[in-house]
Amino acid sequence: MDNLLEIRWHGRGGQGAKTASLLLADAAFNTGKYIQGFPEYGPERMGAPITAYNRISSKPITIHSNIYEPDYVVVVDDTLLESVDVTSGLKETGAIVINTTKSADYLRKVLKGYKGEIYTIDARKISEEALGRYFPNTPMLAAIVKVSKIMTDEELLNDMKGSFKHKFAKKPEVIEGNMKALELALKEVKKI
Amino acid sequence: MGIRERLSGNEAAATAMRQINPDVVAAFPITPSTEIPQYFSTFVANGSVDTEFVAVESEHSAMSACIGAEAAGARAMTATSANGLSLMWEMIYIASSLRLPIVMSLVNRAVSGPLNIHNDHSDAMGVRDSGWIMLFSENNQEAYDNLIMAHKIAENENVLLPLMVCQDGFITSHSIENIELIEDEKVKEFVGTYKPKHYLLNKEEPIAVGPLDLQSYLFEHKAMQAEAMKNAKQVILDVAKDFEKMTGRKYGFFEEYKLEDSEIAIVCMNSTAGTTKYVVDKLRSKGIKAGLLKLRVFRPFPAEEIAKALANQKAIAILDKADSLNAAGSALFQDVTSAMYVNNKHVPAVNYVYGIGGRDTKADDIEKVYDDLLEIVKTGKIDNPYRYFGLRKEGDK
Repeated sequence: MDNLLEIRWHGRGGQGAKTASLLLADAAFNTGKYIQGFPEYGPERMGAPITAYNRISSKPITIHSNIYEPDYVVVVDDTLLESVDVTSGLKETGAIVINTTKSADYLRKVLKGYKGEIYTIDARKISEEALGRYFPNTPMLAAIVKVSKIMTDEELLNDMKGSFKHKFAKKPEVIEGNMKALELALKEVKKI
Repeated sequence: MGIRERLSGNEAAATAMRQINPDVVAAFPITPSTEIPQYFSTFVANGSVDTEFVAVESEHSAMSACIGAEAAGARAMTATSANGLSLMWEMIYIASSLRLPIVMSLVNRAVSGPLNIHNDHSDAMGVRDSGWIMLFSENNQEAYDNLIMAHKIAENENVLLPLMVCQDGFITSHSIENIELIEDEKVKEFVGTYKPKHYLLNKEEPIAVGPLDLQSYLFEHKAMQAEAMKNAKQVILDVAKDFEKMTGRKYGFFEEYKLEDSEIAIVCMNSTAGTTKYVVDKLRSKGIKAGLLKLRVFRPFPAEEIAKALANQKAIAILDKADSLNAAGSALFQDVTSAMYVNNKHVPAVNYVYGIGGRDTKADDIEKVYDDLLEIVKTGKIDNPYRYFGLRKEGDK
C-alpha cells in the first residue's frame, strides 16, 4: 500500500465514531504506517451527526484539509442515511460500510445509485452479544479493517488487545467483550 | 534515533513541556489549547515533572503569574488561544518590555466576535507588534521541535524576549499524527538550566523590576527591545544548528519547498503549508513550476532573506489566515511586500485572506491560487491584490 488511503466516518455524538477513528489510526500506526486521525469539531452533543477522518499512508502525510473524496466511508448509525449525503465524493473504486439490518434494496435506493461496493454489519447484535450493551464503534473498527485490508485480522486483534489493556486499565472486565466484538465483526461483515 | 510516536499537536506540546520541566506553569483553560495544561497537570500530579502548576482564575493572571515567576528567576511557561490571549494583552507587552523569556504555546483560534472556537490566525496577528518572538508550526512535529528550541532562543543574553510557538487549533492540535520524539535526557541537556543574570530573588543584588519609565528612558528601553529582536535572528539560526545536530531535523527562518526553480510561489504559515506541499507536488507532476515559502519565524521578520528567496519568482501569492480589515491587505502580505520593495525586488504579488473561523482550506483552493498566479504571469495584470478564497458569494451554498 503505497498510496494515500482516506476514510470518512459518519456517526452520532456519543456512539464513538471519533474514538474508532483514533483507534484505527493507532492500529495502523502500529503496523508502521503514517497516519492522521481527526474529528471535524462542531457544536457536538449526544445524538448530533458527527464526522471523523483517517488518512493512512506508507509515506509522510502533509495535507491538512478535511476529506472530500474518500476511498472508504463508515456509517455508524443508519438513521443518518436519509439526512446526510454519506456517499458524497466517495470513490467508486472504494466501498461504504454500514451498521444496519436494512434490506439491500433500501440501501441501494438511499445511497442514490452509488456504484462502489456496499458492506453491511449488524453492530448492535454483535455489541449486545459480546458486551451486553450497545457500543457500535468496536465492531465498526473491525469491519472497516476487514473491508479496506489496511492490515490483517491477526494484526488488528493483536494490536487492539494491547490498546484495550491500556484504554481499559481501570475496567479490565470489558477487554474480553471488546475482543469478542472485534472477532465477531471480522466474520460477520458482508457485501450486499 | 528518536522515539517513533503518534500524538496530537496538543499532546506534542504538553510532552515538550514535560521534557523541559519548567519551574512554573500558570494557565487557564481555553479551547482549543485546553488539553495542554490538562495533560501537563497530570504530569504534575503523577510526579513526572516538579513544576509548580498555578491554576489561575483568568488568562490575565496566567500571564501575570508567569511574569512574577520569571522575574523572580524561574523558568515559566503557559498555553492559550484566541480570547485567552486577548485577556493577557496588557501583560503580554509587560512580559516583553521587562525582557522576561517566558515561553507560550499559542494554539491559534479566531478571536471573537461573533464567538467561534475554530482556527485562524487573528489571535497571533493581534500581538505581532508586542515584542514577542513568534514561531509557526506546520504540524505536531514542528510544534514540538519549536518548543524544545524555544528557551535556548528566548533566554540567550543577547535576546531575553518572550517567545510563542503557534500551531493551528483543531487542524493540528486535535489531529493524531506520527511524530519523532527526542529522549528525555537529551532534551534536558539541550534546554539546560535557566541561569538568569538579574532576578528578584537574588539577595546579593537587590533590583526593582517594572518601575515608572518616563520621557527620559522609555524610548531607549524600547530601542533595546528592538535591538534584542534583531539579535534574535542569529540566535534562532544558531539554536537550529544545534538542534539539527541532535535530531537531524533542519530549521531556518523559513522552509523553501521546491522554490529554487519555481516560477510561481505561495507564502503561508502553519498547517496550510502542508496542504500546499501536496498541491505543489501535484502541479510539478504536470510540469508546472510551483513553489512554496513556509514562514516559520514571523517575529523577528526575516525581511531581507525572504526578499532574496522570492526574488526570481514571476508572481507570488501571500496567504493570510487573518483579515487586517484595513482596506489594503493583511499582515503577512504587508510584511512580505514591504520586504520586497525595501530590498528592491519587484515581483507581482497578491494577497488571499482565507480559512477565517475554521473555514476548511482545501487542496482545490490552493490549486486555484496557483492557477491565478499563472494567469497573472501570462497577462501581467493584477485587478485586485487583496482578495479571498473559500469565501461564499451570494447564491453559493
